[in-house]
Amino acid sequence: MKSLKIICPNGHLGFAPLRPESFQLGVQARPDYIAADSGSDDVGPVPLGSDTSTSPQSWQRQDLEHMLLASRKLGVPMIIGSAGDTGSNSRVDMYVTMIQELAIKHGLAPFRLGYFYSEVSKERVRKAIRSGSPVSGLDGYADLTEAELDATDRIVAMAGVHPFVKLLQQGADVIIGGRSSDAALFAAPALHHGFHADQAYYLGKVLECASFCAEPYGGKETVMGEITASDVCVTAMLPAQRCTIASVSGHAMYERSNPFEEFFAGGMLDMTNCHYEQLDERTTRVTGSRFLPDAKVRVKLEGAGKVGERFVGLCGIRDPYTIANVDKVIDWAREQVRARFGDTGYELHYNVYGRDGVMGDLEPLRDQPGHELCVMVQGVAPTREMAEELTMIGLRQMFYARLPDVKGTAGSVSFPLDEVLPASAAYRWTLNHTLEVDNPMELFQTGLIEVGT
Amino acid sequence: MKTDKLHQLAKTIRSKNAGVNKITFDIIFRESAVYQRVKRSGVITAASMAALYRIPLERISDFVEYDPGSAIKFTIYRLKPSGSAGDGDIFGAQQYAPLLDLEIPG
Repeated sequence: MKSLKIICPNGHLGFAPLRPESFQLGVQARPDYIAADSGSDDVGPVPLGSDTSTSPQSWQRQDLEHMLLASRKLGVPMIIGSAGDTGSNSRVDMYVTMIQELAIKHGLAPFRLGYFYSEVSKERVRKAIRSGSPVSGLDGYADLTEAELDATDRIVAMAGVHPFVKLLQQGADVIIGGRSSDAALFAAPALHHGFHADQAYYLGKVLECASFCAEPYGGKETVMGEITASDVCVTAMLPAQRCTIASVSGHAMYERSNPFEEFFAGGMLDMTNCHYEQLDERTTRVTGSRFLPDAKVRVKLEGAGKVGERFVGLCGIRDPYTIANVDKVIDWAREQVRARFGDTGYELHYNVYGRDGVMGDLEPLRDQPGHELCVMVQGVAPTREMAEELTMIGLRQMFYARLPDVKGTAGSVSFPLDEVLPASAAYRWTLNHTLEVDNPMELFQTGLIEVGT
Repeated sequence: MKTDKLHQLAKTIRSKNAGVNKITFDIIFRESAVYQRVKRSGVITAASMAALYRIPLERISDFVEYDPGSAIKFTIYRLKPSGSAGDGDIFGAQQYAPLLDLEIPG
């Protein structure tokens, strides 16, 4: 095989639907693989902790359907990583079921469906801590303690290429992966077909977010990557988009603090000496990437732990005097919550939209609030009952704030609703760490089933 | 001296999570010459970004002048990981606005 072509229609399958026009053009270009990642830690810790998806099932199914039908029609494999936003075991099972249902719906000829799980037991991680193999913190996290582990509800390991390569070797036609490095699911088929890691990992890096490597800006459009023994070429499939030197080199810095390095289970992609060349109007050619394998494999772990049940409430403020004194209004409400529930055992948060609700401590214009404010109150507590009452006090007491010079003595805030609303339970990221393994497959259990027989 | 606002010079000014505990900022230019001008101006440095966002310098984890992409990029630590209760921007996607009006000398 002299070259291998992969199309990617979506950088986060399910989060918003793929765009059919460019996908069909991608399919017409006769790729050898169709692949997309379906997860991200961008969505926060709630989906992983509560074992839910943030994407609607209908959007997930719709994209899987597009990809499955195209892959079976072309007779080429389809690869999905990080099933259902988090890549937890239940999300893998859900996608496997969707694929089986879609096969029945469309009467597809038999094919082999491979999958793997990424969840890691707390006991496995505890064993590492106790055996003196540090579970190392990333990005400012301290090394993992047993207390933080105990506060964790669910852990997933970030797969590199290994489980994908294994399933391809076993002849999988469709792969549903648990949590995965997005780039790995494109690198794996390239490695499987004998291409060098230097190019294979770059192919993954450039394809992972679909049209985010193209311009003008427009998400969820299909792009195609082609790998050879010496280069990677990436082409926008939508006629109105182009992969340019600027858009492709620019993508390397997206969502990463270091635009030259990308870490995987098993090594690091070094893009320092990448050379970019405009091949035609919509295609950029990239050479010079290097993959530096690690002597010891460290796998990234993500974990989320429950903080408590959560309610939210909303109110508005229009009086300029009250706006200028909104912190005093909030202090008054906090004080009433303290009188009822004490100082600890709950969380109470105020986001003041129109002042610094979006940027919080980073807001330089905090002293220039708008002419009206919206305040979102969040109460987090061990039980739903307490969370509701806590949030209700924290919201309603704003109405009764005692500002000395206020003219409007009938109420300090406006209510769009009478009630407070149940929200998702609050979780936090407890694990953002790496764990050393002797065998890169240790944390990933694979399976292969026949569909349509 | 004539100045231009950064948003008049840059093609892209954005912020986004880089993992769960950092937000990274990208300022990307269409032309290398414009990028070089902004770079030379010294307006955008780790120290000036810390001052703009009113955070200690230690919260800037990385500051990179990325020549291949004609881009300046810096990354800050969050106070709490993304999506903790109270976080107003789980994706970190709306933190770039203070960069738009930075004045760049000609």
